Amino acid sequence: MTAMTAPMGKFGQSVKRVEDSRLITGNGRYVDDLVLPGQTYAAFVRSAYAHARIGAIDISAAEAMPGVVKILTGQDLVDGGLFALPSGWNLNSVDGTPARVGVHHALAVDTVRFVGEPVALVIAETRGQARDAADSVFVEYEELPAVVDMAAALGPDAPQLHPDIPSNRAFTWDIGNAAEADAAFARATRRVSLELRNNRLVPNAMEPRAINAEWRAYDGSMTIYLTHQNPIGMRLFFMMLLGLESENHLRVVSPDVGGGFGSKAPCYAEELVVAFAARAVGRPVKWTAERTESFLTDAHGRDHVTTAELAMDDEGRFLGLKVHTLANLGGYISTSNALVVSYMYATMLCGQYAIPAVHAVVEGVYTNTCPVDAYRGAGRPEAAYVIERLAHLAAREIGVDQAEIRRRNFVKAFPHQTPLVYCYDSGDYEGCLDAALRLADYAGFEQRRAEAKARGKLRGIGLSAYVEACGIGPSKLLASLGGGGGMWESCEIRVQPGGSVEVLTGAHNHGQGHQTVYAQIISERFGIPMDRITVVQGDTDRIQAGTGTYGSRASVGLSAAVKSCEKIIEKGRHIVGYMLGIDPGEVDFAEGIYTSAATNQTVAFTEMAGAAHAASSFPTDKLEPGLVATTFFDPPNFTYPAGVHVCEVEIDPETGVTEVVAFNAADDFGNVANPLIVEGQVHGGLTQGIAQALWENAVYDPDTAQLMTASYMDYGMPRADSLPEFGLAFWPSPTPVNPLGMKGCGEAGAIGSPPAVINAVCDALGIAHVDMPAAPEKIWRLCQERQEAL
Amino acid sequence: MYELAYSRPESLTEALALLAEDEGAQALSGGQTLMPVLRARLAMPSRLVDLQRLPELAGIRLVEGGIEIGAATTHAEVAASAHVRAVLPALADLAGGIGDPAIRHRGTIGGSIANNDPAACYPSALLALGATVTTSRRTLAAEEFFTGMFSTALEPGEIVTAVRFPACQRAAYIKFRNPASRFALVGAFVAQLPSGYRIAITGGGHGVFRWREAEQHLDGGGAMAAITEDMLDLGHFTGDLHGSAEYRHHIAAVIVRRALSTLA
Repeated sequence: MTAMTAPMGKFGQSVKRVEDSRLITGNGRYVDDLVLPGQTYAAFVRSAYAHARIGAIDISAAEAMPGVVKILTGQDLVDGGLFALPSGWNLNSVDGTPARVGVHHALAVDTVRFVGEPVALVIAETRGQARDAADSVFVEYEELPAVVDMAAALGPDAPQLHPDIPSNRAFTWDIGNAAEADAAFARATRRVSLELRNNRLVPNAMEPRAINAEWRAYDGSMTIYLTHQNPIGMRLFFMMLLGLESENHLRVVSPDVGGGFGSKAPCYAEELVVAFAARAVGRPVKWTAERTESFLTDAHGRDHVTTAELAMDDEGRFLGLKVHTLANLGGYISTSNALVVSYMYATMLCGQYAIPAVHAVVEGVYTNTCPVDAYRGAGRPEAAYVIERLAHLAAREIGVDQAEIRRRNFVKAFPHQTPLVYCYDSGDYEGCLDAALRLADYAGFEQRRAEAKARGKLRGIGLSAYVEACGIGPSKLLASLGGGGGMWESCEIRVQPGGSVEVLTGAHNHGQGHQTVYAQIISERFGIPMDRITVVQGDTDRIQAGTGTYGSRASVGLSAAVKSCEKIIEKGRHIVGYMLGIDPGEVDFAEGIYTSAATNQTVAFTEMAGAAHAASSFPTDKLEPGLVATTFFDPPNFTYPAGVHVCEVEIDPETGVTEVVAFNAADDFGNVANPLIVEGQVHGGLTQGIAQALWENAVYDPDTAQLMTASYMDYGMPRADSLPEFGLAFWPSPTPVNPLGMKGCGEAGAIGSPPAVINAVCDALGIAHVDMPAAPEKIWRLCQERQEAL
Repeated sequence: MYELAYSRPESLTEALALLAEDEGAQALSGGQTLMPVLRARLAMPSRLVDLQRLPELAGIRLVEGGIEIGAATTHAEVAASAHVRAVLPALADLAGGIGDPAIRHRGTIGGSIANNDPAACYPSALLALGATVTTSRRTLAAEEFFTGMFSTALEPGEIVTAVRFPACQRAAYIKFRNPASRFALVGAFVAQLPSGYRIAITGGGHGVFRWREAEQHLDGGGAMAAITEDMLDLGHFTGDLHGSAEYRHHIAAVIVRRALSTLA
């Protein structure tokens, strides 16, 4: 490859990901690859009980084992001044009282509250020695009754998890207007209702969680290598919780990160303990989760039990919506979960529909299970599932087509202020529906159903019209809802004397393709080849500020990048003005060349960059040398990606096996920077959503609260051969809230697809509802009932 | 994994000696079950004796009336073998459906049958086809070899060297996959041999078994379509997270009918 042939980037082109050849040839560098001088290794002693009082902890045998450097217990951490893990969002109950946050010690002190909760840490010279010694730490447990089911946990006979939190209820939060919703229901002539469970999921990032922490006693500073979606945010958490003097006493580095899906966004107990341990032993300490630890302790996703009711008139126009959700928090409130189950969830319950009156209540419930937090979509999939299942039932109730009931209720004008805080930015819901129906050959479905029937299969079709909220911001709104604000993103662009470009972003790539898309967009702006652009991320020593990657925030980071590009180009205009002796206002810039119509002279971008650094062609008292620009972009609103998914399934009534035979999606992601990457994101999202609907399910034993699906032998991961070809189309309504008109695409597939699949299953069977996952035996039994009814 | 020693002997004699001299030694043949068990620290052998390179356990050979497959042959090799495809295509299909490509390139037929997982695929083929198992000491009929779930007639220090199958064109295997593990939630191997029909069921929970009632029904001229779970003892089945005993019982009859219907 030479500069001559290096490709130029262009917005909207399917450029292959530049990072992939390195990653797929084994040249990635992950946290576990890093070995520091004097390295030690950590292994956790974990509770085998879901709920137990901790008695004596005997570390004497373990301490005497070969290679053991140090053993820490919960009390050691408390004595050492380590703070408990915080809830990162301030949520108030209906009565105005703050959410009751159960004290979450990084190592359990008196009580363990879920299976796998860490109780002690062993640090040793090798990984094997640490594990051997961890097996020899003897912990006395007094087993307590455990509770998994949320309704039971709220009941009078339930064991109480936290001493000061009766009924295990952390909060009862609401949104919308109860009186208006009641009035709408009183007016309505038709209604449908539903009770559903949104199944608990295990995130399963390919790279397990890992940390390597190094303490420098001479200046009281620390470096933490951490696989994480938000290293800069973690610097603040770790600094506060460890009690370090200031930000510049802590460097956090997230090198290559092998997937996150939200599960690498929380501040976890284990990572905090390892950082504490590094300071305690004065040597680097490394911990990499084993897969079983990932299953037991990576923050799980979803786990709602919801009752929902939709009021309509005789034509099926939606008049009011009431939703009541029990959200399973697990044993503790994980970092972002109070946000995920409230403002990331209930705000989106209207979906694509103009519903005038809505009231939703969410109760947060502690149970003896792994804490729950953001997982691909984080609240929006749960909302889409509620409203899109109701829409399906509404069509049945009114006796109209699935597409028609949606058409009658779509939001048609934008911006659209919902009754649930948010204001939808842009969209064309009906156009998108039509695009999806064309893609899916909706008109030809009944023929396909008949053809399947002749083969003994039950074929069904399901629609889902989802809308979600991405590119989280602005800071002020988030702060008013209970967050800490600060939902901007920064981007610094440094142009070197030779014309190559370094891009420093606080966004964090862990599979999204940032290296490619940043380079693509900046290449086009500057008119230089993509391979001259390097994206720097994930190191707090190099990146001044940022908020990480989750919720499809690339649009925010890229907007900051574009604005920095504009600043560079503008400065270049002034430099070129001096170089050519003309007014900067007369300098044009296009495709990498500054031109002057007046003098017919040109200066290439790279020449300008050289001149900026040489600083000899302009007066440095009027124009600073160098070529660096920084932008902080705080989006004025969320973006609201939307789309319509159409799923077709075939069910074998003799076995109950459901096969997704066709899946088509038309999505509005606003402007699409790189269709190839976006399609990949959609494929991944659809795969996870279809998997939730059909296979994935985290199951705890109802009595012992042991995780029964703690390995790939029992947890049903999706596989490529179980999925159809996806048919995708884009139906963009560019957003006005950022300069690129991008909305984001990372979660959409996982948000829209579960209701599409379940609606198709219900259509095939002619039933009102079946809970996810639509596992073969469950469907077979429904087929048996159906057979008997015929 | 606990610390242990690892040996990769070059001959059967050497392998047998290694196993004989150390009571805690464990034979390794592909490791698709053993390695996860070791990783989870559920077993603590002092030494692994890797059988993968033993020349005595290698190769697929046509023999009189059938085919002999060396115990160290991987599932992928069986699936791709022209010999197997020619004389026993149903076995190639079975091997090609085990696990995923990574598993098929590591796991071996000897390792699979010596482990005798109650949800494994191979044991049903051996039982239905009346295969014989050759070990370092003797030759056993499949029915003698499999003695219950995770248990076989193998004695300590005894190694499976080969499995011999009769040629059979009228045979079929259908696996109803556990959606998570892709083991058999239930699997059925059916074969029409000169002596009559043979049907073996795996995945029931207690270990592979023959469905003799269905065999007799067919040998007596009964219709394939008339085979139902009513002819099958529910006691062969246990339930778990992925399917109740009743469901597995039902599925067994469904896949046996479907497998039979594919016989030429």
